[in-house]
Amino acid sequence: MTAVLAFAHRAAIKVRRVPEQAADAVLIPVIFTVLFTYVFGGALAGSTHHYLQYLLPGTLVLTVLLITVFAGASVNADKTQGLLDRYRSMPFWRPALIVGTLLGEVMRCVVATTIVIALGLIMGFRPAGGAAGVVAAAALVVAFSVSLGWMWTALGLLLRTAAAVSTLSFVVQFPLVFTSNVFVDPDTMPAGLRAFVETNPVSLLATTVRHLMAGTADAGEVLGVLLAAAAVTALFAPVTLRLYERAA
Amino acid sequence: MSKDRPLAVDARGLAKRFRDTPALAALDLTVPAGSVYAILGPNGSGKTTLIRILATVLRPDAGSAAVLGHDVVREAAAIRRRIALTGQFAALDEHLTGRENLYLLARLRGLSRAAARARAGELLTTFGLDEAAGRTVKTYSGGMRRRVDVAASLIVPPDLLFLDEPTTGLDPHSRREVWDIVRDLDATVLLTSQYLEEADQLAERIAVIDRGRVIAEGTPDELKASAGRPRLEDAYLELTS
Repeated sequence: MTAVLAFAHRAAIKVRRVPEQAADAVLIPVIFTVLFTYVFGGALAGSTHHYLQYLLPGTLVLTVLLITVFAGASVNADKTQGLLDRYRSMPFWRPALIVGTLLGEVMRCVVATTIVIALGLIMGFRPAGGAAGVVAAAALVVAFSVSLGWMWTALGLLLRTAAAVSTLSFVVQFPLVFTSNVFVDPDTMPAGLRAFVETNPVSLLATTVRHLMAGTADAGEVLGVLLAAAAVTALFAPVTLRLYERAA
Repeated sequence: MSKDRPLAVDARGLAKRFRDTPALAALDLTVPAGSVYAILGPNGSGKTTLIRILATVLRPDAGSAAVLGHDVVREAAAIRRRIALTGQFAALDEHLTGRENLYLLARLRGLSRAAARARAGELLTTFGLDEAAGRTVKTYSGGMRRRVDVAASLIVPPDLLFLDEPTTGLDPHSRREVWDIVRDLDATVLLTSQYLEEADQLAERIAVIDRGRVIAEGTPDELKASAGRPRLEDAYLELTS
C-alpha cells in the first residue's frame, strides 16, 4: 500500500530530523545499563560481569517499551496539528496512518536495540545463544513492541496533549518495569510481590528474551509471547481504528 | 437538482452536538457548483463543524447532506476522491520541509514516486515557495504555511475545495495573496470566514450562520438590501445581533 509506505517514510525522516526523540529512548537504557552494572552489579550478582549477563536482555526490553510510546506521541501530534482532519478527508486505506507510523517505530526500535546490544558487547556481554540467539531475541522484542504500539496509538488519539501521553507512559511503564525481573531476580522478594513480578508480562517477555540469548528458549515460551502480542493487538487495533475514525 | 447547474452541497436539517454544546441545529444549505461560496459567522457559530461534516471528517447526529451528489455518511469514499480540505490551522507536519509535506500528501493521493516529486515541484513553483522548499515548515511564516496548505489541497485538482478560515491570523499582505489564489482556482470553493470584506471580495453567494443555523443567504448585494444597510458589515451586525 502506497499510503502505508508514505507514512513509514515520513516516520523515517522524522527519526533523522528529530534525533533527540530517539536519543531519549536510547539514553535511558544506556544510562541504566552502565549505572546498574557498575554501581549495583557487584552487590547484586557477585560481579559486574555476572550482573551484565542478567541485565542486558532486560535493558533491551526496557528500550523497546520506551520507544513504543513514540507512536502514540506521533499520532497525538497529528491530531493536535489538524493533520488528522486532512488525512480523514483523503481517499486512502483507513488504517494506513497507524500501520505506517508503527512501521516507522519498528525502524526506530531496530536502531535502538542495535545500539544497546553493541554497548552490551563492549561492556562484556557474552550471550551463549550467539548471534542467532541475539537476533531472535531482538526480533521478538520488536514484534512485541508493535502490539504495544497499537495501545499507545489508541491513547495518543484519546488524550488531549503529547505531554499527557508521555506522563501516562511514565506512570504506567516505570512501575511495570521495576516490578518485573528486568533489573533483579525476584527470588529474594516477599512472596506476594514475587507472585506479581512473575506474572508481570514484562517479566515474561524479559525471561523469554534471556532464554533466547542464552540459547535455552523453548518454542512454548516464544509462542506465549507472540500470542500475548497478538492478544494486545486484537484488543487495541479495533479501538485505535475506531478512535481514528471518530476523534473529534 | 437541475442538470445544467448541479449542487455541490445539498444539506438538510444537519445537527451536531459536542457533549452538551449544540454546534449545528437543523442547518439547511445549498451550494451551487462552479462558484465561490462563503459561510460567514462569528466564532463558535458552527462554521468549522459544518465544514468537517461536509468533508466527511465528522458524522452528523441528525439530518443529511449530499456533497457532489454523494451522501456524506454512506458514500464518504466517493466524496473523498473529489474534494480537498484545508482546515482552520495549517495542517502540515512541522518537522518536514515544504517539499516533503507536499510529496507525502501526493503519495497519499496515490501518485507514483516520480509523479509525486514532479507535482510537489510544480506546486512549490506556482506558489512561490521554491526558495523555502528545503526548509522545515517549523521555520515558515503564517503566510507561507497557508500557501503550502492550499497547495496541498490542489495536488489532485478537486471538484470542491473546502477552505476553513483561510486568512485568519494572516497579515494583510498574506491575506491578499490567499485571495488571489482563491480567485484563480477552477474548483467550486466553499470557504468560511469571520471577515465580511473577504466574503464580499471573493464570494458569489454568502450564507450567514449563527448558533448553528443559517440566518440569511444570498448574494452580497441581496444581503445588504435585505438588512437595509448599504455596507455588508452593517448588514451582518444587524443580522447576528
